[in-house]
Amino acid sequence: MQPFEFGRFGFDPFLEMRRLQSEMNRLFSGVGTAGVQQFPPINLWLGENSVVVTAALPGVSPDTVDLTVHENTLTLQGRREPKAEDADATWHRRERSYGSFSRTVQLPIHADPDQVQARFINGVLEIELKRPEADRPKKIRISAA
Amino acid sequence: MANEMSTVERQVPRTTDSSEPTRARPVFVPRTDIYETRDAIVLLVEMPGVAPDAVDITLEKRVLTIHGHSVDPEHGAYRQIHAEYGAGDYERIFTLSEDIDRERIEAAQQAGVLRLVLPKAEPVKARKIQVRPA
Repeated sequence: MQPFEFGRFGFDPFLEMRRLQSEMNRLFSGVGTAGVQQFPPINLWLGENSVVVTAALPGVSPDTVDLTVHENTLTLQGRREPKAEDADATWHRRERSYGSFSRTVQLPIHADPDQVQARFINGVLEIELKRPEADRPKKIRISAA
Repeated sequence: MANEMSTVERQVPRTTDSSEPTRARPVFVPRTDIYETRDAIVLLVEMPGVAPDAVDITLEKRVLTIHGHSVDPEHGAYRQIHAEYGAGDYERIFTLSEDIDRERIEAAQQAGVLRLVLPKAEPVKARKIQVRPA
């Protein structure tokens, strides 16, 4: 993303302001639900003819995640299993949650189900969805009379 | 069945020891599961976006510090339109109560989760003192 880099002038004085703004938006977006987010938390990035969805899924095996694309919705479904290795284990802390999750995201564009790329890097799932050819905006030339 | 799980993101309170990080970057407290078995204490630390070589673990006396450094993802010409989680580093400090065998500590980071096995040190053999009648 461009704003997070140093600009042509060496230092971007608005970088901190923009970061603060996005941080504020993020903090207050969950006011109604007391800061509790849905799982998995997602970020959305919009490009010219595609959209990128990133989801933080630490500890989830990528082959247990199901992705469904329908028109402008993307559904992520999966399950996070606890590692039941020690039956006699005593718990000190249990902060991570386990179980099934399902989340549907509304995309700003229609997505072509045949052109979906998904990668799983260090617990972050990155899905790139392309706009179908027929849905892309077209430039119309005006011919001289 | 949908959305059985929820997440809360917390930031490290900066007032604990009145020190500040030099980099103006958010630092998160990673969610952690800790359980104890007969011969070890196991920690599962959730740090999405942190590569295995970007994790720093130090054990000094009884203080265990876990630090995970994440790299901001490159998004080129993409513009962020919705954000629910932020990019940042992870840090958490634990005080251990039991003696740990430092030579056999194991750590593995996979799919954004650090698994740290701290084996307990051999217990000092209990000595029985016989009392002889005088």
